[in-house]
Order: sequence, then structure tokens, then C-alpha cells
Amino acid sequence: MSGVGYVAVAGQVAVVAAGGPLLAGWMRQVRARMEGRVGAGVLQPWRDMRKLLRKEPITPVGTGPALRIAPALVVATVAVAAALVPLLSTDTPISDRADLILVVALIALGTLALALAGLDSGTAFGGMGASREMTVAALVEPTILLSVFALSIPAGSTNLPAIVSGTVHDPARLASPAGLLATAALAVAVLAETGRIPVDNPSTHLELTMIHEAMVLEYAGPDLALVELGAQMRLTLLLGLLASLFAPWGIATSASWAALAVALALFTLKVAVLGAVLAAAEVFWAKLRLFRVPELLAGSFLLALLAVIVSYFLSSES
Amino acid sequence: MSLVPAALATAAGLAAVGAPAGAALPGVARVRASGVCTAGVGVAGCAAGVAALGGQRWAADFPDLMPLAGAYLAVDALAGLFMAVAGAVIAAVAVYGIGYATGHGEHGVSSRAGQALLPLFALTLVLVPAAASVTTFLVLWELMAFTSLLLVWAEHRGRAPVRAAGVWYAVMTHLGLVLLLAGLLLLAARAGGETFAALRAGAAGVSPTVRGWVFVLTAAAFTSKAGAVPLHAWLPRAHPEAPSAVSALMSAAMVNLGVYGVVRVGFDLLGGGPAWWWLTILALGGLSAVYGILQAAMASDLKRLLAYSTCENMGLVLVGVGAAGVFAAYGDEPLAAAALAAGLLHVVNHAAFKALLFCAAGSVLRATGERNLDLLGGLRARMPLTAGLFAVAALGAVALPPGNGFISEWLLLQSLIHGLQVPGVAPAVVLPLAVALVSLSAGLAAAVFVKALGVAFFARPRGPQAAGAKESPPLMLAGMGLLAVLCATLALVPGLLADGLGRAVSAAGLPGDGALRGGVLQVRLDNISSLLAPLWVVAALTVALAVATGLPRLYGHRRRRRDARLWDCGGGAPSPRMAYTAMSFAEPLQRVFDDVLAPEQDVDVTPVRESAYLVERVRFQRRVPDRIEHRLYEPVLGALARAGQAARRLAGGSVHLYLGYGFVVLVVLLLVLAVGW
Repeated sequence: MSGVGYVAVAGQVAVVAAGGPLLAGWMRQVRARMEGRVGAGVLQPWRDMRKLLRKEPITPVGTGPALRIAPALVVATVAVAAALVPLLSTDTPISDRADLILVVALIALGTLALALAGLDSGTAFGGMGASREMTVAALVEPTILLSVFALSIPAGSTNLPAIVSGTVHDPARLASPAGLLATAALAVAVLAETGRIPVDNPSTHLELTMIHEAMVLEYAGPDLALVELGAQMRLTLLLGLLASLFAPWGIATSASWAALAVALALFTLKVAVLGAVLAAAEVFWAKLRLFRVPELLAGSFLLALLAVIVSYFLSSES
Repeated sequence: MSLVPAALATAAGLAAVGAPAGAALPGVARVRASGVCTAGVGVAGCAAGVAALGGQRWAADFPDLMPLAGAYLAVDALAGLFMAVAGAVIAAVAVYGIGYATGHGEHGVSSRAGQALLPLFALTLVLVPAAASVTTFLVLWELMAFTSLLLVWAEHRGRAPVRAAGVWYAVMTHLGLVLLLAGLLLLAARAGGETFAALRAGAAGVSPTVRGWVFVLTAAAFTSKAGAVPLHAWLPRAHPEAPSAVSALMSAAMVNLGVYGVVRVGFDLLGGGPAWWWLTILALGGLSAVYGILQAAMASDLKRLLAYSTCENMGLVLVGVGAAGVFAAYGDEPLAAAALAAGLLHVVNHAAFKALLFCAAGSVLRATGERNLDLLGGLRARMPLTAGLFAVAALGAVALPPGNGFISEWLLLQSLIHGLQVPGVAPAVVLPLAVALVSLSAGLAAAVFVKALGVAFFARPRGPQAAGAKESPPLMLAGMGLLAVLCATLALVPGLLADGLGRAVSAAGLPGDGALRGGVLQVRLDNISSLLAPLWVVAALTVALAVATGLPRLYGHRRRRRDARLWDCGGGAPSPRMAYTAMSFAEPLQRVFDDVLAPEQDVDVTPVRESAYLVERVRFQRRVPDRIEHRLYEPVLGALARAGQAARRLAGGSVHLYLGYGFVVLVVLLLVLAVGW
């Protein structure tokens, strides 16, 4: 059993690391086609990364270790989180410690490292990005944890494999009002955490409206490659997490090679569909003004709160 | 002979040596003698506490020590926990304090009074949890408040705000004492005895109304000591103005005793109570957590920021304590034990990282003479070790892995989330809100400590003092190093504390045995399937970090890093004045929470004389006042002042009038006695 389990963990990390740039390329391609452009192709982010990695590493004068470590730390936190989240299999050697709160906190650690790097650069844009990113992160936290709370009620645990395998065996949980509300709340939180429209625009070129991009303006070469890889992996991981929580079918609940292969295929399909939907939505949405973002997040917070309270009253009736 | 009395006797003996030595010896010798004795008090107190956590119990009474009442001491695991925390913090901070006070001049903390009081304050911190009768407790409590008050005033010659801060502290801590006195005396009178053993035995027979009053009075005093809103106003004034070593002791050891008081009186002496008691505590805790961290987010003064963060963390602890009480009131005692264990573990974690944060802030203050974040910056290059130590502590404070604060906040969230299985509508409504408040405070704490670390230590210096900063002397670094080791141990192997915490929870009257399952590798709550493996997380992060750093280097062709000018979107090499300051960093948060914070801002435009359209000078000022203070304290203070003004008319200056007042009062008193009794 353990052989399959270890392969599943390695596969989760590998699929997020390798698939991150592909997902980004896929989403850009979908967007380009919908906007009537040809697009650069799905592989373009990989080509960009190859180019960046071959460049000379640059240290801006007057910056310190925080700026140098942050890119690798972002990638590392997402990789550890990817090993924990049951993207492919709920039966891995580390599934007992795959706690949802831990996963959320690991992702937040990456955000925090980049914000410190933004302040370390000592430029106005770096500080601006760090300040905005931490504001959004602080406001997203309650929504995420309340959604965790709502999801953990039927499973009786915040352990992710327990939640996912519980849903696989009892799909009715998803159709409940609590499940739907928690899905909506978590989806908004994921948009904010990954810096997508309407919270932030990843392809913006105007510094004054940037959030995430403003923090990383000083990066170049291999460091920039890692920052971009980190952002792409984070998007893949969080879309995968949404898919695992709310459409868990196909995830291997036992240790068999066939189940793992099926899980891999279905994971690719689910994340590709989610990515396409997100890209399509981004074509039609505009970015919110920065100070309207808290209203959006407050709305998602209320949804999450309702999810918890509804699930309590529904579970006490039954 | 058991370890506890021997250690406590050693602590008392060392304080008795240290205080006169601090008062009598000259110059550097006094700082060293007093510091070594204080460190000894800390080590002895910690040893006594650890022995008590290991299961030793000890009780003794000294009938001749205090007239009429006698002194009673008793140490159980609950007292042991707080003694161990206080002792460990004292030992490390005393080492730091020797370096801090050396070369500090003749005034302030290195003065005779300051060095004589330090060992005494340390001793009271260790002994307060050991008190086992109302009189002993109140005497030690007041000694603790009094010695700390004098220490807060130590630097009053240097800065004017110190005096005002001391007055606030003096008034509020004594109002607290009055409440405590009223509450405990009421209980002692009804329970028929003043030793804690007699109170425990007699409290069950006391009527619910009286028990409610006792709880409300004592809880008001204790939560004020812990810095919970709305009685927190002294904390963000006194902690920043005290000398940094004293700030560390107050914020990491003294405020904990407020929590100790709530647990001791609420759970142990009164034996638990109805749900409304604990819902009140929970609400106070949740509000303090969010309000404290919001004010910290707005603060530009480094030590004020840390003081408000203390309000936040004590709020989180009170959420744990309140949740424990609610669960116990609804009959789920195992979950109550788990919540209390989580709260107590947060006390331990908070003490470790907050002592280190205040010490590092003290180092910055000593090196630059500056507490204003907006004028600091660039200290990372000038004080690398202090910056590293501050970062370790900040990681604990932001409640993210692999910091130590994450462990206890994770346990707290787990106990709150599983509280929904407790029947009753109140938990169903309160617990989701509590989870939301805890997580909002955690999110804001991340922003606060990114600001503190990033603005104070990173980028380039924004002021001449910061540019000329030098690294602290070795003794200060050694003291901070001890605290950093403590933080790291708590972060990596929190499971080692599990048995001791279980005993402490049992001593509070809840089934604590095994409430927290631990071990070297993992930690989890009893009956809850999720677990946390801190060592595994650290190992996995380290491996992933090594791979993420190494792989691009293997692939890349050019491996040597080259220095280059900051790009800044082509603007190039911005001046330090263009970097973000603490105030600008907090601006988005301030806008979001505009309605809660009610900031006051003032723009003053002066045009040149010749034309109204050409501006000569623009003055911009923004203040974020403590709104609770604004709304709650100022009306009371204003009314008091008006009453005083009105009463002046009674004092006309004539002796006959005053004699007349005396006569009237005597007659009225006699009438009241004659009619009433």
C-alpha cells in the first residue's frame, strides 16, 4: 500500500508544480480566444520560465535576505500544501496530518513572505503592494476559516481526507444549503487569495492598481521565475482544493494504481474546466476598486457564517 | 524534601539578597548583583513551577507571618504553570536586563530604586499564584502592582508621558484592587472562611446571586489586569513607557495572572457557574482580540504596537477560558478541558514570544533612542542578530506555521469548531462568531507583524538615529537568545507540555488528564481526530525550500548573483523617504475599519500671501485615538472633574464650616444607626 501512497503524494506535488504553468497558459489561451486573439499557446508560461531561469540572478542593492528567500519559500509552502491536500488520493502516508487549517496557514505563510520581500525592497511600489496584499489577506482569513468550520461539521473533523472521503461516500452533503453556501464563500476567498479578477488583475500593467504584482516588481531572472511558478502553483492548488471539496468524484480512496491513474485524469479535467470557467468570467468582469473589495469579502464572510449556522440547525433537526 | 518549598525558599532568599544589594552597591556592581539575583529568582520559580506541573503538590501556612490572618501558600499544577512561565521569562529577561541597564546612566532602570525593586517584582510574580488565602493573595497582588508601578515610573525624568502613564496605571490597578477586595471578601464572608480550601468547600452553599456578584466583581478586576477591553486603557500606556525589561516582564508574566485569577476563582473556588458568566468572558475575549489587534495595526510606536498585541493575545486566551466555561456549563466537560488547555498553552506561547518582542524592541530603543517605526528602518543590516530574533518572535506572534503561536491557536480553533456538538442554541450562535473573531485577529496579526518587522528592520534607514544604530551588547543578545530557544522549543515539540497542561486543567476542576495528547512528534486534543505534527511540518518545509532553491541553480547557466541598482519601475534608486512607512502601510486597513476606529485627521493649507491659489505649506495630521477610551473614560473623567469643581464651593475656608460638617455627619450617622439597626 505504502508504495502507491508515496507515489500519490509525489504525484500531487509534481502535478501541481508541472501543471501550474500549464494551467496559466490554458487560462490565457481561453481568454485570448474569447477576446478574438490567437493566443501564445498553452506552453508559453513554460517557455517564459525557461528563459527566466537562464538569466543572471540579480540582487538589488540595499535589500536583504527576506527578498532573496521569499520566492523559494512561496514555492516550498505551496509544495508542502500540495502534498497534504487530497488532490489525487485520500489514502496517503501523511493523510492523518492533512489538516485544512494547516493548509490555509501554509498558504498564508507564502503571502506573508512575499509581503515582507515587498517591504524589503524599500520602494514605494513594494510597500504599496505589501500593504494591500496583507489587508486583503487579513480580510479573507475569517471567510476561509468559517468555510472550514462549515465543511468540518458533517465530517466531525477538519482533517481534509476525512472531509473528502466523507463526501465521496455521502454525496447528499454537497446538495445541502450549507454545502452550497460554503462553496460560494470559499470560491470568493480563492479568487482573493490567488489575486484574480475582481480582486486583483494578474495581467495589469498599471502600477497604481496592482496588488500582487506591485510586491514583486523588483524580481528578475530566476527569482522572478520562482515567484511566477509560486503564483501559478497556488492557483492550481486552490482550484484543485475546491474541486476536491465540492466535486470529489474520482479521487482515489484506496491504494490502487488504477484508481490513481483515473484520479489524475479526472483531476486534470476538473481543474481545466474550473480554469476555463474562471478565465471566461474574467473576460466579462472588471476589477473592483480596491476599497470596494472589502464589501465583496464581507459578502462572502456572511455566506460562510450562514453556512455554519444553517448546517447546525439542519443537523440538529435530523 | 520536595522541590517546591526548597525552590520557593531559594527564590525568596535571593530576592531578599538582591533587593538590598540593588539599593546599596554602586554603579555596575549593583546592576550585576541585582540582575543575577533576579535571574536566580526566575530559575528557582521556574523549577518550582515545573515540579508542580510534574505532579508535586505543596501547602503550608505561616500563622505568624501576617498579623490577624496569617499567610497561606499552596502550589498545585495550575499555580505551577503560571509560576513556571513567570520564572522562565524572569530568568531570561534578567540576563537581558543586566546588559540593558549597564551603561544606562544613573537614572531610570539602573538607579538604586530600580535595581532594588526588580528582584522584589520578580518574586511577587512567582508567588502570586502560590497564594492560598484571600489575605495572602491580596497582599501579594498589591505588592506586585506596587513594585511594577514604581518600575513603570523609573524613567520619569527622561520623558513626560511616563508620569501620565504611571498615574493611569496606578488608578486603574487600584480600582481593580477595590473590585477584587469587594468580590473576594463577599465570598469569604458567605463561605465562612478566607483560605482557598474553605472557600472551595463553602462556595457551593452560597446563593447564586452572591456567586454571580463575586464572579462579576473579580472578573472585572482580573480581565482589567489581563488587558481585556473595556478596562484595558492602562496597558497601552504603561507597557510602552516602562523600561523595556520591565515591559517584557509585565507583558509576558504579569498580565497572565489576570487569566490565572479568572480560572482560579471561576473554575476552582466557585466550581464553575452558569453559562452567562462564561459567555461574558468569551465576548470580552473576542472583542479584546479584534480591538487590540486593530489598534496595534494603527500604531506607529513599536512598543505601543506590542502592548496592543498583548491585549489581543490575552483576548484569545480569554476566548479559550470562556469557551471552556460555556462547554462545562452545558455539560461537555472533556471539551471544556480541551478548550482550557488550548487557552493555557496560548498563555505559555504568548509569554515566550512577547517577552522576546519587547526585549528586541528595547534593543532597538537602546541603539537608536527611537520607538517611532516611521523613523526607523534599515536595522537589518546594522543589528542583524536583533533583527533575526525579532523575526523569530514575530513568527510566533502571527500564528502561522512553524511559529509557536500557531500551535495554540490551532488547538483553540479546534476546540471552538468541535463545540458545535454541545447542545444548546447559545453555542450555535456564539461559536461561529468566536471562530470568525479569532481568525480575523489572526489575519490582522499577520499584517501587524509584517508592518513591525518590515518597516522597522527592512529597507533603508529613514532617520539619522536608525542609520547610526549598533548591535546590542552580548548579554542582551544572550537573554534574547534564551527566549528564542524557548520559542523554538514550544514551536517544535509542544507535545512535551501536554501532561503538565493536563494536570493544570485538572487542578482547575475539569477532567484534564489526557485532554491534550502529545509526544515528541505530534499534538492533538482528546476525542478529536485532527492532529498537528510540528516537527514534520518544519522538516517538510525545509526539504521543499532546499529543493526550490537548489533546482533553479542546477538548471541556470549563470549562478553568481550580481548586485544591481533598484529598478523601481525605471524610477531608479528611490530615496528612503519614498519607502512605505508604518502609517502608510496601515492606511488601507484604516479605511476598511473606518467606522470602528473613527480616525481624526486635520489638513491645514497655508497659501502664499500674494495669491490664494499658490500653496506655501500643507500640514497634515492624523491620529487614531483609542475609541473606547474616548467614549467610555472621557465622560467619566469629565464628570469627576465637574463634581470636584462643584464640591469646591463646599470648602469655603472657614474652620467653623468644617466643624459644622463634622457635627452634621456625626448626627446623621447616629440617626442612621438608631433607626436602621
